[in-house]
Amino acid sequence: MEVPYIIKEREDTGLINSKLGIWIFLSSEVMLFGGLFSAYIFLRLAAPPGSFGEWASELSVPMATINTLVLISSSVSMVMAWVSLKLNDFSKYKMYMGLTLLCSLIFLVIKYFEYTGKFHHGIYPSSNTFMAIYFTLTGLHGIHIIGGMIVMLYFWLPFGNKMWDSQPELFTNRVEALGLYWHFVDLVWIFLFPVLYLL
Amino acid sequence: MSSDHDTASIQDHIRVYLFVFGALAVLTVITVAASYLDISTSEGIFLALIIASIKASLVAGYFMHLISERKMIIWILLLTVFFFFVMIFLPLISNLDHTSINGWY
Repeated sequence: MEVPYIIKEREDTGLINSKLGIWIFLSSEVMLFGGLFSAYIFLRLAAPPGSFGEWASELSVPMATINTLVLISSSVSMVMAWVSLKLNDFSKYKMYMGLTLLCSLIFLVIKYFEYTGKFHHGIYPSSNTFMAIYFTLTGLHGIHIIGGMIVMLYFWLPFGNKMWDSQPELFTNRVEALGLYWHFVDLVWIFLFPVLYLL
Repeated sequence: MSSDHDTASIQDHIRVYLFVFGALAVLTVITVAASYLDISTSEGIFLALIIASIKASLVAGYFMHLISERKMIIWILLLTVFFFFVMIFLPLISNLDHTSINGWY
């Protein structure tokens, strides 16, 4: 059975179902991260004055700044991948999607060095309440990065993107949905960066 | 898949995407620079969240196309934002309650 309204919009919503679906999913994601941001506020209020800033000074601001720029670049390359499909330029799509994958890999590698650097200094989630919420928030965000990379890889490799030959509009819509998810992951980091590293 | 008119319109969009990319990079540098300013913690939090909100608006508005999105999605998001703030701030009301029994809150 074919999934209805994934190429043409529904008359009542004016949207394709997959787009509506991904936005509802992203709304639930806002609540998921929102709950953890709420936990951060409570832990900060409950901690001795100034201690959160002191604990946060263990983190590497230059590494996080580079990661922010890497993630912003991946968002641009993702939107350019989708635009390339709109312009019927499949080779450029492959290039931009590959670039997005590369950026996400660089982000994870930098994150790996950040985490292992902390472990080498004996800093763990159990060290204090700041580190507990830092590892929880960045860990959950990292899992979202890995999830996005798996889907990106699928749409980048030949067995995933062969749909372009038979149903180009459907494939473009799928990449658009992936892009919306990826921009959300970028958006979460935009708030995580100042909250965890700078305040 | 795209007509000449569509192609011209998409080319305009590409220019906007690149401009937004530049703005996001500059705002990231400003965020880091602002953290070194000699201001109070509450002023620092306010400034950092304002800059983050501007960056988030650029990503949501242009990369996620919310600026030209259908009303249904806008309504879903407004509802989400409402519940998000309820979830964040409602528990904080408990923090205003400073009554204690033998020094325990």
